[in-house]
Amino acid sequence: MTDNNVIITASQITELIDLVKRVHGFDFSGYTKASLKRRITRIMQLKKLSFYDVKHILVNNQNFFQEFLEEITVNVTEMFRDPTFYKGVNSQIIPYLSTYQHSKIWVAGCSTGEEVYSMAILMREAGLSNKSFIYGTDINTEVLREARRGIYSLRNIKSYAENYQFTGLEGSISDHFTILYDAASIHNELKQNTLFSVHNLVSDGIFNEFQLISCRNVFIYFETELQEHILELFYKSLCPLGYLCLGSKETIRSDAFKKKFKVINPKENIYQKVGS
Amino acid sequence: MAPDKHLVERWKSAEILLLGGSAGSFKLLFQIVKLLAPGLNKTVIIVIHRKKNFFSEIEKLFAENSRMLMREIRDKDIVNKNTIYIAPANYHTLIEKEGIFALDVSEPVWFSKPSIDVTFESAAEVYKERCIAMLLSGANQDGAEGLLKLRNSGATTIAQHPEDAEMDEMPTAAINIGAAEYILRTDEIFTLLST
Repeated sequence: MTDNNVIITASQITELIDLVKRVHGFDFSGYTKASLKRRITRIMQLKKLSFYDVKHILVNNQNFFQEFLEEITVNVTEMFRDPTFYKGVNSQIIPYLSTYQHSKIWVAGCSTGEEVYSMAILMREAGLSNKSFIYGTDINTEVLREARRGIYSLRNIKSYAENYQFTGLEGSISDHFTILYDAASIHNELKQNTLFSVHNLVSDGIFNEFQLISCRNVFIYFETELQEHILELFYKSLCPLGYLCLGSKETIRSDAFKKKFKVINPKENIYQKVGS
Repeated sequence: MAPDKHLVERWKSAEILLLGGSAGSFKLLFQIVKLLAPGLNKTVIIVIHRKKNFFSEIEKLFAENSRMLMREIRDKDIVNKNTIYIAPANYHTLIEKEGIFALDVSEPVWFSKPSIDVTFESAAEVYKERCIAMLLSGANQDGAEGLLKLRNSGATTIAQHPEDAEMDEMPTAAINIGAAEYILRTDEIFTLLST
């Protein structure tokens, strides 16, 4: 048997969730268990740790918790992931945003910032750079540090070139970066109207009022009850007729929230706040 | 050749049919999808490697030619019988618990997202011996490890005969690690599925 066969049980996952909550104050109890299990198994394999080792280090080593957090929360992201989504934003939301003197956008669960900068590029191309401000939040301080730097490997940026093209935006993705050797640094003017800060969707509250909230491929890691808790937060954080964007394979399942969010684009999961 | 009697029994009692394929598996999967009929009383889950950004062509073709309900999996969808589910591109598909799908955007496995390994492993943990799984043509090793986990959990596991597979690397990898309980010729696959 190889070390690919680390097996942890459902009750061990619960044990670990309880421990993390008590020692570190992060509540993962509403997270999707299948993903959580995969992530924990992955940490155990990478670090060659037994389940008891993990518990032991989690209690005794604060640095390990940071690493644990990074591994537990999936930080895989792309610029312009799902190009048709950005097309939808362009045609359905930008006209609305441009009626505002100034609009605020929240990218919730922004990881290393790729979606924030995708949005910033979209705003600039629409001529709304100086009329919009984008907040990127995540529970993970380490990924936010990377997001603030806005420096990505050239190889990654090149892999987003196809996405960019499919969005129908002019030019190419590299037009928005300064390239030095194998690093691509996002243009300063795109960084100017962004702010990255820590926010935990599970436990933190409203911090501003937004015209647009984008929270894509975050709900897939949450059970439906937790999704509803966060939908309430989003609903309260949106101005009247503000927009909510979820990932293209995510859905609002609760009947109560189906009434509060009108589907604007069923394929790309763009919703609009209705009611008051 | 008439299929093994024991295999036929296990096929009949299985609740979940898992199909994994990559390069060279499309034609076969297409024929399988055409063959399966609503009386099947099973859930069919298809994981086929494909590129992101080339949307729904496969889903569309499958749906137009299937007599069964066809659905691209969305997060937290309920696992229904008599439905063919197809794993969406650029996500991994997991089984969250009995009866619920969950999606995941984490790193590709064997350069693949969706990865067959991920779905097979997850199905092995939840559905165990209630699964019957087939690994078809493909040019990498994704799926072999997952098929082994299924076999170890009591599921019935089948690899397409490498000589019949357009690309034999995937079924061969499974056979080499002892993941395939049965190795079937393409015509035997059809016979079994129409039994």
